[in-house]
Amino acid sequence: MAKPNLDHPTLALVKARFPKAKLFATEFRGDTTLVVEKQNLHEIMSYLRQDYETNYDFLSHVTGVDYMGYPKSEGNAPEGRFAVVYILVSTKTNTNLIVKVMLDPSLPTDGIEEDPALHVDTVTDIWPGAEWMEREVFDMYGIRFDGHPDLRRILLWEDYPAHPLRKDYPVEGRGERENFRVIGREDA
Amino acid sequence: MGLENIIRDGGFMTTQMQRVVNWSRRSSVWPMPFATACCGIELMATASSRYDLARFGAEVMRFSPRQADLLIVAGRVSIKMMPVLQRIYEQMAEPKWVVSMGACASTGGLFDAYATVQGVDQFLPVDVYVPGCPPRPETLIEGIMAIQRIIDADGIREDQGKREPLNIVIEPNYEVKDQPVELSVGNT
Repeated sequence: MAKPNLDHPTLALVKARFPKAKLFATEFRGDTTLVVEKQNLHEIMSYLRQDYETNYDFLSHVTGVDYMGYPKSEGNAPEGRFAVVYILVSTKTNTNLIVKVMLDPSLPTDGIEEDPALHVDTVTDIWPGAEWMEREVFDMYGIRFDGHPDLRRILLWEDYPAHPLRKDYPVEGRGERENFRVIGREDA
Repeated sequence: MGLENIIRDGGFMTTQMQRVVNWSRRSSVWPMPFATACCGIELMATASSRYDLARFGAEVMRFSPRQADLLIVAGRVSIKMMPVLQRIYEQMAEPKWVVSMGACASTGGLFDAYATVQGVDQFLPVDVYVPGCPPRPETLIEGIMAIQRIIDADGIREDQGKREPLNIVIEPNYEVKDQPVELSVGNT
């Protein structure tokens, strides 16, 4: 496997600005990913948005990943069951950067109870457009965003009993699509 | 209709009341389109000039269920959408019929997922299933003609049947001929 090409201009800036933070970076086919720890996420994102040199003024996408059963990597790269992925684009310098946070649950993941380990700071105060994308990540993975102004489910209904994109949730569901009122010919 | 040329003297004819009622209902079916996916596009094509559903008296698409007789469920229905569909069905005035158009509405199609209803007939009484993914307009017209046959038989049959499906299987209206299989590549 080829060695990742880490000459993305932002990486050196972030490393110089946050010398104490644990940062990891990788690259695949021209896309550079910066893996940060969740306690540093908000200040790094704020820096990436506001600094004149980086200036990532557009948050293209926020999504989640479930790495259940993922093969262990070599070395001390950060690992976790879940990840939140932010794709940043700078319309000034026409560069993009992927920022990733790894999260490990502390509770069983088959329910919907709130897991204190699956909390991460919101970025809606940095990019307001993150609001609905974070709601979708919450809906599908149960990752809660601290400081989010309106963290409700966005696609499924409020009392849905699972977070369906978790990989320990069966793709056919647990009967949510079958349990519903039946109207017969004589009812209506 | 040409009837006035046949029935000249006095203009009387005798028939069953139920047959006249059924004739008038079948000749002016007002569909309510519940189009949630690509089947809706074929439904629009069926209604527009090339296929011209007006030939079957069913061209008046009513977007209010209170004015419609025929609910055409065209497309996949998520379980979150099911209360809406049931409410639309309940708001329709009797007599009413339901066509489940396409693979998704009839069986869930390829969407064997936690949110997709595996056939609207689990929760609604369906009269006619139209196969296809999506069905061509001719197929939908066959389905509406099947609805017309059901309406024709309404209240006429010996068991004074209400609106059970007639279990009609529509035979193809063409003869399947032998296919030309003699390949002549390289021989000519």
